[in-house]
Amino acid sequence: MQEYVIELSKYFLAGGMVLYAFCSLYAFRYRKDNERKRIFIFQNILMFVVQLIAFVDLALVSRDVRYLFLYAFVQIFLLTAITLVTLIYEQANRLLLNNMCMLLGIGLCMLARLSFDKAVKQYIIVMLSLAISLAIPFLFTRIRFLKKLTWVYAAVGILMLGIVLIMGQVTHGSKLSYSFEALGGITFQPSEFVKILFVFFLAGALWEDISLNRILLAALLAGMQVIILVLSKDLGSALIFFVGFLFVVFIATRNYLYLLAGIAGGSLAACVAYRLFDHVRTRVLAWQDPWSYIDNQGYQITQSLFAVGSGSWFGMGLLKGNPKAIPFVESDFIFSSICEEWGLIVGICVILICVSSFLTMMETSLRIHDRFYQMIVYGIGVMYIFQIFLTVGGGIKFIPLTGVTLPFISYGGSSVMTSMFMFFIIQGIYIRLQQMGGRKIVRRANDQEE
Amino acid sequence: MSEERTTKKNKKEIVRRLGNQREIKLTFVFFLLLFAGMIGYLGHFVATSEQDMVNNSYNSRQQILLSRNYRGTIYSRDGEVLAETVLDEEENEKREYPFKNLFAHVVGYSTKGRMGVEAQANYYLINTHTSLSNKVANDVAGVKNPGDNVYTTLDVQIQEVADKQLAIYRGAIVVTEVKTGKILALVSHPDFDPNEIQNIWDDLVENQSSSVLVNRATQGLYPPGSTFKIVTALEYARENSDTYQNYSYQCNGAYRNGESKISCYHGTNHGAVDFRKSFAKSCNSSFANIGIGLDRTQFEETLEGLLFDEELPLTLSYSKSSVHMSADMDTDEMLQTSIGQGRTQITPIHLNMITCAIANNGILMKPQVIDRVENDEGEIVKGFKSDVYGRLMSEGEANILTELMTAVVQEGTASKLKGLDYTAAGKTGSAEYNNVKGESHAWFTGFAPAEDPEVCVTIIVEGAGSGGDYAVPIARRLFDAYFKEEMQ
Repeated sequence: MQEYVIELSKYFLAGGMVLYAFCSLYAFRYRKDNERKRIFIFQNILMFVVQLIAFVDLALVSRDVRYLFLYAFVQIFLLTAITLVTLIYEQANRLLLNNMCMLLGIGLCMLARLSFDKAVKQYIIVMLSLAISLAIPFLFTRIRFLKKLTWVYAAVGILMLGIVLIMGQVTHGSKLSYSFEALGGITFQPSEFVKILFVFFLAGALWEDISLNRILLAALLAGMQVIILVLSKDLGSALIFFVGFLFVVFIATRNYLYLLAGIAGGSLAACVAYRLFDHVRTRVLAWQDPWSYIDNQGYQITQSLFAVGSGSWFGMGLLKGNPKAIPFVESDFIFSSICEEWGLIVGICVILICVSSFLTMMETSLRIHDRFYQMIVYGIGVMYIFQIFLTVGGGIKFIPLTGVTLPFISYGGSSVMTSMFMFFIIQGIYIRLQQMGGRKIVRRANDQEE
Repeated sequence: MSEERTTKKNKKEIVRRLGNQREIKLTFVFFLLLFAGMIGYLGHFVATSEQDMVNNSYNSRQQILLSRNYRGTIYSRDGEVLAETVLDEEENEKREYPFKNLFAHVVGYSTKGRMGVEAQANYYLINTHTSLSNKVANDVAGVKNPGDNVYTTLDVQIQEVADKQLAIYRGAIVVTEVKTGKILALVSHPDFDPNEIQNIWDDLVENQSSSVLVNRATQGLYPPGSTFKIVTALEYARENSDTYQNYSYQCNGAYRNGESKISCYHGTNHGAVDFRKSFAKSCNSSFANIGIGLDRTQFEETLEGLLFDEELPLTLSYSKSSVHMSADMDTDEMLQTSIGQGRTQITPIHLNMITCAIANNGILMKPQVIDRVENDEGEIVKGFKSDVYGRLMSEGEANILTELMTAVVQEGTASKLKGLDYTAAGKTGSAEYNNVKGESHAWFTGFAPAEDPEVCVTIIVEGAGSGGDYAVPIARRLFDAYFKEEMQ
C-alpha cells in the first residue's frame, strides 16, 4: 500500500506542478484581476495538494512523524499568508502572492528533507519576514519621501558592504556575513538587504535626471559597491548588482549605447578579475572541464550534475536520492536536489514559476507612469530573474558557478527575508498603482476632451 | 542657437512622455530567450547524459540503486545465463559466471571496477522495471527488487568453438553478423575466471607482461601484416579504377628500391603476377611495387575513411588503430607500410569492421553486443536496433575486394577453405613482430558465403606462424559452426 502511494506520488506531484506552472503563465491571457480570479483559486488548491503529497511522501518514506508536524505548521503559514494579504490588501497581486507561497512551500519541504533543523529555523524566519512584510504595502501607499533619500541609500549600502569586507566572517572562502554573538549566533548577510537599497538608489538617482554627469555619478557609487563585493569574493552578488545597474540605466536613458558600453566594460572587468583573482580562475576552470578536476575544483559541479542526471524526468523520489553528496546543497544547489528527487519536470516548473513572477513584475512596470516606482519594480525584477539564472545555470554547468541562493527555496534567512521584502515592495507599488490608476484614467479622459 | 536648444529640450520632453515600454518588453524577451536556452540545455543534458551520470564511479547513487535492487542477469542470445547474482546461505550476494573463463573479457566483471558488458550495461542492470505489484510484494517481504536483465548478441556455441580453437595460444577472435553488426563471439587469450576476480586481481595487476586483463580483440594493437593489403589494394583500385585489371609485375622473390628491399614470405618466387594473383598469393614484392606508386595524400584520406587514427563506433572499451602516412615519408617506410609492416597497428575488431563493410557492399554496421533489456517478467524495457555507421567504400570497390578475397581462397593462401559447402572469402596475414625474421602472428579475416555474406570472422594467433597454416583452419571451424547452427 505504502509503496503504491510513494510510487504514484511522484507522478501526481509532477502533474500538480505542471498544472500550477501552466496556470501561472496562462493567467497572463486575461488582463483584469477579476477574470484571473478563478485561476488563482485553482492555483491555491493545487498548492495545497502538492504540499500534501510531498509531506505525506516524506513522512511515509522516513517513518518520522516530525514531518507531519512541520507539514501542519507550513500549511498554517501558507493559509495565513494568503488570507491575511488578500484581506488586508484587496488590490494585491494574487499571482505574485501565489507564486511566492508555492516556492516557499516547496522550499520548506525540500529543506526538511535535507535537514529538519534547518527547515525549522527557516520556517521561523519566514514567519517573521511575513509579519514585517505585511506592513510594507501600507507604508508604500503613505510614505512620500522615498524619492529624496537617494544618497542615503548609496551611503548606507557602501557602509554595510564595507563593514563586511573589513570585519566580516569568512564562509566558504567568501566574506559574506557578520555574526551577532549576543543574539544567539544569528548571522546576517548584508549583501542581500543592500540589494533593495541599491535598487532604490538607482531609481532615485536616475528617475528625473539622465544627464551624462548624473549617470557617471551613479556609476561611480554603484561601481564602488560592486568592487567591494568582488573584493569580498562574493562574485554572484557583484554580478547581480552590476546587471541591475546596467538594465536600470538602459531603461532610464533608453540608450542602447550605455548597454553596449556596459557589456564591454563588464567583459573587460571580467577579464581583469580572471587574471587577478585565483578564485575566479578556479570557477572558470571547473566550468570548462569539471571532469578533469573531479576530485577538487570540479567536485561540487560534478556532484550537482550527478544529482540532476540521476534524477531524470520524474526523480528518484523523496529520500531516495543522495543530494547531500553535493557540498552546500541547502543554499547553493537546492535546485539540483529538487531535480534529483522530484525530477526535471518539477525543476522546470519551478523555473517557470520564477519566470511567471518576473513577467508579473515587467507587466507592472509597463503600467506605472511614475518613473521612480517603475524603475524600482523593473530593477527588482531584473535582479531577481538574473539571480535565478546564476544559481540554476551554475548548478547545471550552463554558466560558471557563482554560488548564489535560489530565492524563497534556498536555505538562508537573509536571502528569504530579502526576497519577501522585494515581493512585498512590488505588491505595495502595485496596490498604489491600482489606487491611482482610477484617477489617471479620469484625467486622461479629460485631456482628450480638451 | 537658443531656438535650437528649445527644440532639443522639447524632443527630450516628448521622448520622456512616450515612455520606455519597448525597452521593458525587450528586457523581458531577452530574459525569456536566456531561460528558454537554459531549459533546453537542461532537458538535453538529462535526455542524453543520464546513463553516463549514473555510471560514473564518483556517483554515489550507484550504491543506492544496488542497495535497493539485485544486479540483473546477463544472457546469451539464446537465453543461457552468462552472469547472474545469487544468494548464498547467509543471504550474501555473489556474482556468478557459469561459463567461467569463456566470456571473461566480453562479459567482464563488476567488482574491482567494471569491464565488458557488465560495464556497458551497468545502468540497466542496477535499475529495475519490475511491476509495481512486485515492488509492493518485495517491500512487504523485505527483499530487494530484481534488476533488469540484459540479453546480449553472444552465441555460446560459436564462442566455445573460438575458445577451443585458439587453445593455448595468445590471441583474439571476433565473429560478427555482417548485415546487423551483432557480435556473436569475442575471445581474447590469455583469459581468467571472473568468479575468482577478487582473489586473482592482485596477481593479474602485478603481472604486467602477460596483460591478461586486456581484451585483445578490442584493445590489442597488432601489426596487420598482409591483411593490410586489403587497404593497399582498395587504394590502388580507387586511383586506377579503369586500368587496375591491366596491372602486371614480374616477381623474383624480392623488390628493391635503392637501399630498401622487400622480400616475399619465405623468399617465394611468384613469377609473373597480375593484380588478382598478387593479392591471392599475397606477393610482397608486387605490393611494394604497387605501394610506391600510390598518391600518399589520397592514401591518407582513404585511411581516414577506414577509421585509422579515428574513434570507432564501439561501446566496449577499445584502442585506436594507428597508421603513419604522409607526403614526405621516406621510401623504405612507404614500402613497409604498403605490405602492413612498419609503424601501422590495428585492433582485431577494427579489421573485422573493415571486412564486414566489404561483405556488406561497403556499408559498415555499428558493432553491437547488447540486443535488448527486459524486466524480470520478460517485458522489453529497451531494444537496440542494428544501426548503420556509414559507407566506407563504394559498392563497386566492395565488389572488387570481395572478388580478390574469393581468389585468396580459390587459388591463394587460404586454400584450406576451398571446396566446402559454402564459398568463403578472406585475406591471410603473417605479421612479423619485434623485427625478428621468421616469427610472425597468424592473421585471417574473411566472410562467408562470398555470394551473399552472412558471417564475418577475424582471427589473430600470436607468434604461431603463417596465417594460411594457423589462422585459416580456425576460420573454417568457425564457419562450420555458424552454418551448422543455422541448419538446426
